[in-house]
Amino acid sequence: MAKIKYIEHNGKEHVVDVKPGMSVMEGAVKNLIPGIDADCGGACACATCHVYVGQEWLSKIEPMQEMEKTMLDFAEGVETNSRLSCQIKVTDALDGFTVKMPKSQH
Amino acid sequence: MTESVLIIGAGQAASQLTASLRQDGFAGGITLVGDEPYIPYQRPPLSKAFLAGELARERLFIKPDEFYTEAKIDLHLNTRATAIDRGRKTVKLANGKDLPYTTLAITTGSRVRILPLPGADLPGCYYLRGIADVELLQDKLKPGNRVAIIGAGYIGLEVAAVAAKHKLKVTVLEALPRVMARAACLEISAFYEDVHRKAGVDIRCNTKLEAIEKNGDGLRIKTSGGPVDVDFVLIGIGIVPNVELALDAGLKVDSGIVVDHHARTEDPAIYAIGDCANLPCTHSTTGRVRLESVQNAIDQAKHAAAAILGKPKPYNEVPWFWSDQYDLKLQIAGLGHLDDQIVIRGDPASRSFAAFRLRDGVVAAVEAVNAAPEYMMGRRLIAARARVAPDRLADKTIPMKDMG
Repeated sequence: MAKIKYIEHNGKEHVVDVKPGMSVMEGAVKNLIPGIDADCGGACACATCHVYVGQEWLSKIEPMQEMEKTMLDFAEGVETNSRLSCQIKVTDALDGFTVKMPKSQH
Repeated sequence: MTESVLIIGAGQAASQLTASLRQDGFAGGITLVGDEPYIPYQRPPLSKAFLAGELARERLFIKPDEFYTEAKIDLHLNTRATAIDRGRKTVKLANGKDLPYTTLAITTGSRVRILPLPGADLPGCYYLRGIADVELLQDKLKPGNRVAIIGAGYIGLEVAAVAAKHKLKVTVLEALPRVMARAACLEISAFYEDVHRKAGVDIRCNTKLEAIEKNGDGLRIKTSGGPVDVDFVLIGIGIVPNVELALDAGLKVDSGIVVDHHARTEDPAIYAIGDCANLPCTHSTTGRVRLESVQNAIDQAKHAAAAILGKPKPYNEVPWFWSDQYDLKLQIAGLGHLDDQIVIRGDPASRSFAAFRLRDGVVAAVEAVNAAPEYMMGRRLIAARARVAPDRLADKTIPMKDMG
């Protein structure tokens, strides 16, 4: 299990245990954390699971594939630490991983 | 004031309605009735990663078991609603129970269309709709097995792709002149036919079926193009919305259960959401549409929740769809029927291109193959009813971002 911290746009924090193999998106959706819609269920088809990754973690996760990069290009409020949370796989090494949610997913 | 919401059907729409009601602070009772033994799960992966054995069953479930306990959702699974009594505001279940409601949501979805063909009910003929169907099919995905897929829509072609990857001998039989005729334009159909043929799939369009017969341990399909001998058959010829409960209750049904911009039926206490609903849609040439998609189930459920909680916001989302076949992601937005011009952007040979479907010069739909910028910007153009000059749309030297 890895503890993942999700911070809502209004600052409210949620810390939950997520099983390795799940995505960061699934950790949020399955724990009813608001702010990540993930309409397509993780198929990288909708860009509604956009998150900002804590700077110290950016180098510890797998880099973006082309599809994720281009989907993100069209999301709102994209920053250098933006990712689609359905494409970040949870591992034991991500214990303490922190993401912040944008104001809106649409 | 709504005190309790009863939801008939336990799929994507039901799951979203439950989540949205609780997230937005609804403290009343929520009851969920489902005819499968499972809590709500995602159907799109069934014909893709789940069939291929790449996604564990537990990952299909939209929320974990504990969610329903913590959110105090009263679950009635493995049973079905048999009648709605609008006068008494109760729903009768097959297990004999009578459940009261102040607000009712019908999210009964759809069922597979049964192939009306002699022999289509023989053992060895399968359909794909639920987890149980796929678990039967998974056992058949053995190299060398021969499968005939009847119907070249999303389900048929997604299963064909998985089966070809598992080294089965795949034949696809389609009555219409091209694959995905209902979902996509000619150019996209032609591209996918070519992709499947190169993967070894035998695609036979314009094929009329005569009968399915037992043939030793396997099956023989008699067709206008000669017999096809296989080990099993997968039938994917579309779905039929589950509207009977609503019909019997006297609600207006026109292909789907007729609802307004808030997913409300003519009875203000009853909503209908997802595959089973016929909703107003300004993106449709008729002004109304019945959609078979996750997007619609989710968005309509969100709008229904808002209306139930007294904060209505009219629904007019751009419909979107996707399909995964081989290494290709097809992303579709908008409704392209009755288009009068197709603009191709990019080279199909590069396996990354898009078809824009225009109606009266306005972008009505985009069908993008491994082309996320075209898809994402296309969605915006469709929502804005944008007019873009066809030669600009086709010009790859102009970035999609500059099309607005």
